[in-house]
Amino acid sequence: MTLRSPLGRARGLGSSRSGSDHYWAQRVTAVALVPLVLWFVVSLITITSSDLVSVQEWVSKPYNATLLLLTLLTGIWHGLLGLQVVIEDYVHSPIGKHLSLIFLRLIAAFLAISVSISTLKLALGG
Amino acid sequence: MTTNARPLSPHLQIYRLPLLAITSIAHRITGVGLTLGILLLSCWLAAAAKGPDAYQPIHDLIVSIPGRVVFFGFTAALFFHLTNGIRHLVWDTGRGLDLPTAQASNRIVIGSAIVLTVLSWLIALA
Repeated sequence: MTLRSPLGRARGLGSSRSGSDHYWAQRVTAVALVPLVLWFVVSLITITSSDLVSVQEWVSKPYNATLLLLTLLTGIWHGLLGLQVVIEDYVHSPIGKHLSLIFLRLIAAFLAISVSISTLKLALGG
Repeated sequence: MTTNARPLSPHLQIYRLPLLAITSIAHRITGVGLTLGILLLSCWLAAAAKGPDAYQPIHDLIVSIPGRVVFFGFTAALFFHLTNGIRHLVWDTGRGLDLPTAQASNRIVIGSAIVLTVLSWLIALA
């Protein structure tokens, strides 16, 4: 028997805890990705068809490096938010769900750092 | 409890999904698939940053016929996710949710995804 009111017990447990942040971040990254992806796909098909020297030349242009990194980081963020929803929908055991969500964030962080280092190294010609 | 004789509602295995249901689940499937695409892309970028020895085998794989087919599939998935994502953004505002409109926008989503995919490859490889 608890003395806490039903409202007091329910507070902080519902979707209103952090859901709106997730909802907005997912949509804002989606809108941002529309122009980025249109630029990205054509550039990517072209650049992956060329040799390493052309790739280095392409990424060393500051404009390309900026847009490349912006697209990849926004994409990783958007993908993280999306996979989080998929995990929350299909993984029902609390332990499995939390472990997968933590693992997902670690992979996303690793990827974000990896693409940043790779792009900077190519861009700065290291 | 005797529930066996009761009629069952059509289940996923025997129920022919309407096109709207297929595009709905395809949004999630392409979304998950595209995160794999970001993973592969970060490998390509890391190889390019590492040097010619790491870049060459990945480059050979990308420009091979199977590599091109897979890459084409990723761009098609990306454009479907993009056009269907724009539709989701419209749906979020409460517009276009009735069946005739949704069936019409289905055709626009699939059609523009095909056009954008083919157009990107034509522009990139021209």
